[in-house]
Amino acid sequence: MNTQKPHGDEIQSSMTPNDHVPSRRDFLVQSSRTVAGLGIAAVLGNLGTWALSWGADNEPIKVGVLHSLSGTMAISEVSLKDVVSMAVQEINAKGGVLGRQLKLVVVDPAANWDLFAEKAKQLLVQEKVAVVFGCWTSVSRKSVLPIFEEHNGLLFYPVQYEGEECSKNVFYTGAAVNQQAVPAVEYLMSKEGGSYKKFYLLGTDYVYPKTTNKILRAMLLAKKVPAANIMEEYTPFHHQDYQTIVGKIKKFAAGGGACVISTINGDSNVPFYKEFANQGLRAEDAPIMAFSVAEDELRGMDKTALVGHLAAWNYYQSVDTPQNKQFVANFKAYCKKNNLPDGDKRVTDDPIEAAYFGVHVWKQAVEKAGTTEVNAVRKAVYGQKFLAPGGEIMMDEANQHTNKPVLIGEILKDGQFKVVWRSKGLVKPEPWSEYTNPDKGCDWVNHQGTYKKA
Amino acid sequence: MDESHHRMKSLIGIGVIAACLWWCATGSVAAEAQANMSPSPQLEQALVDVSSEQEGTREQAVRLLIEQGDASLLPRLEELRANADRSLRMAIKPVIDTWRNRANLVSPDADTRRTAATDLGMYGRPAAIPWLQAAAAKESHRWVRYAMEESALLLQLASDNPAGQEQAAAKLGDMRSQNAAPALQALVQAGGGESATGEQKALAHGAAAAIERIESWNVWSSTIETLFRGISLSSILLIMSLGLAIVFGLMGVINMAHGELMMIGAYATFVVQECFKLYFPESWFDSYYLAALPAAFLAAALFGLILEATVIRFLYGRPLETMLATWGVSLILIQAARMYFGDLTAITAPSWLNGGAQVLVGVFLPFNRLFIIGLSILSVIGIYALLFRSSIGLRVRAVTQNRSMSACLGIPTRKVDAYTFAFGSGLAGIAGWALTLVGNVEPGLGQNYIVDSFMVVVTGGVGKLAGTIIASLGIGGLNKLMEPSLGAVYGKVLILVLVILFLQRRPSGLFAVKGRHAEG
Repeated sequence: MNTQKPHGDEIQSSMTPNDHVPSRRDFLVQSSRTVAGLGIAAVLGNLGTWALSWGADNEPIKVGVLHSLSGTMAISEVSLKDVVSMAVQEINAKGGVLGRQLKLVVVDPAANWDLFAEKAKQLLVQEKVAVVFGCWTSVSRKSVLPIFEEHNGLLFYPVQYEGEECSKNVFYTGAAVNQQAVPAVEYLMSKEGGSYKKFYLLGTDYVYPKTTNKILRAMLLAKKVPAANIMEEYTPFHHQDYQTIVGKIKKFAAGGGACVISTINGDSNVPFYKEFANQGLRAEDAPIMAFSVAEDELRGMDKTALVGHLAAWNYYQSVDTPQNKQFVANFKAYCKKNNLPDGDKRVTDDPIEAAYFGVHVWKQAVEKAGTTEVNAVRKAVYGQKFLAPGGEIMMDEANQHTNKPVLIGEILKDGQFKVVWRSKGLVKPEPWSEYTNPDKGCDWVNHQGTYKKA
Repeated sequence: MDESHHRMKSLIGIGVIAACLWWCATGSVAAEAQANMSPSPQLEQALVDVSSEQEGTREQAVRLLIEQGDASLLPRLEELRANADRSLRMAIKPVIDTWRNRANLVSPDADTRRTAATDLGMYGRPAAIPWLQAAAAKESHRWVRYAMEESALLLQLASDNPAGQEQAAAKLGDMRSQNAAPALQALVQAGGGESATGEQKALAHGAAAAIERIESWNVWSSTIETLFRGISLSSILLIMSLGLAIVFGLMGVINMAHGELMMIGAYATFVVQECFKLYFPESWFDSYYLAALPAAFLAAALFGLILEATVIRFLYGRPLETMLATWGVSLILIQAARMYFGDLTAITAPSWLNGGAQVLVGVFLPFNRLFIIGLSILSVIGIYALLFRSSIGLRVRAVTQNRSMSACLGIPTRKVDAYTFAFGSGLAGIAGWALTLVGNVEPGLGQNYIVDSFMVVVTGGVGKLAGTIIASLGIGGLNKLMEPSLGAVYGKVLILVLVILFLQRRPSGLFAVKGRHAEG
């Protein structure tokens, strides 16, 4: 090593200007000290970085949760945060992912669509989370989508939705329209379902009901249902007065063969079902098939007016599998242990199950990929199978959605569902409906997302 | 020993009674078709044939079971159904439905009888006509009898005997039967075709005449129903706005937490309901709702008193600050309710307010709405009596009109303010109590109603109770008048536009306050 570094000299001279001319010996001693010091520092530094990197390998992986914990959607979304925390705790108890623990970063977008985008950015840019589990309403998903695409984040979205979306930054663990609404209406048209001939499509005025009903109308027309036998109607959010609409349904249902397809969301359901029953309509005259009423919503409702009406989902708490019994018991125990509201009276439902297996699917994919890097994880998710509480599911090979079974359930007095029909095997998801967009497909393996079918 | 013996005895007694009831229910029907309870060899064979793979054999067996069977087959069929595959279940469904419905025609419950009659009319076979007629002859409940007669005629209309069909069409027209309209329409269409026979044409003519009568009655019944709906919505708007009319109208306090006072009333109802579930015998449950009325009023009034003493008192005459402060209070209350009660709480309406009364063909008036209409009328009478017929009311009016003068004359204005505010809050509590019958109980409940209440009070003219009444009638009536043609979304939009336009022309509302107070 060259001890006569001009550099060192300069430092020395600058440090002692005009004061003391250094002897050669002094100089040698000084510079060797400097070098030794540098060497030790370098060794320490290396140790430090090594230690740091070693530490980083064991540092928890950050996992984001983006659900409204206050505001109008809290009623539904809080349960999803709870189940994601439970899944993360389960994974951590078994040693985490890649030998690292998971650490939850929970934010509250308060059912405010702008805040959703802001909080998503915070999770991705500031907290640098590996994955986000979140969103319920379609509008919240639409508002965070550009953020996830810009920062190449990864979102697991657990709720049934209207389709017509194909983003490589989102995994949809809820149902596409062909996994819920379409089979439900086909069931009602079948002999077993009651051979209904008249359809009253009733929904809340926003994107999910409108798109779903657009697809259903196209499908009904394709199945030769005359246009006069299809009615479509929307109400504003929080609509309370269903007198006129129920009156219309009564006129529409006169003579029999009519059913109601309800995409009414949130707190309008109670007034609607109450009015329906109070005006003398029964589930046998005109059943209501609902796509947004699940066990968790029924928990807080007076069920007398709802008994006998139908719903379509991919999972019910009453599904009879050993892993589901375990799951339900675990969830109740988890809620009780953590002093969550209602404790062990809590129930599970379709979005809760979808949020739960989403966490596990992500974990399996990370283990397969050996890293949390988004592109690698995405490729590993394709085709991933998991024994979910409701039965085995499979992530699609290419289109970001989930292959799931479809179940029609009848509402019982205790707020649970009796399964009256079940699809044969898993139904393949179609983000672009064959009825409204027959020429479009979604594929991130052989194509770049949405493509035109030949 | 002794006790268990006793229990055994009573159990046997109950069993015997139940068996008798069951026999009465099914036996009287079964008796006329077949004397002995065990099926004949023919039916026995049919029960086996039903499971056959061959389509023809199966169909024949099903027909035989419907024509010659009776309710005693039900347990056997249920047994078959329990381990059947889907196609067999589908095949025997009409058999089971037919016999179950026939048994239900003599059920002690009126709703069950009516359901059975309607189902037989819709999916039954001509064999059901005499059963329905026999049941109708014995039926005492007017609308159940109507359903039975209607179903019998519908089946007759669907038969292939032209004379019977024509007769049925005419009778259904007489009955103004809405359920018959689609079938009659089909007959008209069949008669309108070029290949129609003379018989079909005559039938089509009769059907067309019947449809006309049904439709003209439909216009009447919808008018009556629309009127009722308008009144019902108005009564809900009125009951929501009465408290606000006093707090905002008379006192000039813009209380943004008024909706949350309704929420308190609703939750008070819920708490009373839960108490009844826990501490009182089940037979008392239905009376919880009446017991909840004072609870809701007092809870909300008490909270109003506290709110007035701690927040509003310091902000009289400063509307902006009052608005902000009470808005803050409302947010705190919403979140507090969410934390304590969770998101949705179920209130079971008492059984005497479930369902409704059918008054005319196609006109059905739900009990809960009738109740709210009655309640709002009572509330208005009560408020008028209090304000204009009592000494307290006199003081309230005096303070409202001229505070300093009243103070000079020795009226304790502070106390009057506090009481008036508490009374207005209590009325909000009553509104919350009543609204549990039609809507949800959830933390955001008040937010859903507050805008409408302010709209009613402002349109009616601040400070005038009569204005509030007229405005709620006008807005509710107009809303229901427009909704059938415009839909719920645009109906609401148009109402808001109309209110804006109206307030542009008359900023002080329907009934403007005149005189000194108006300027001050």
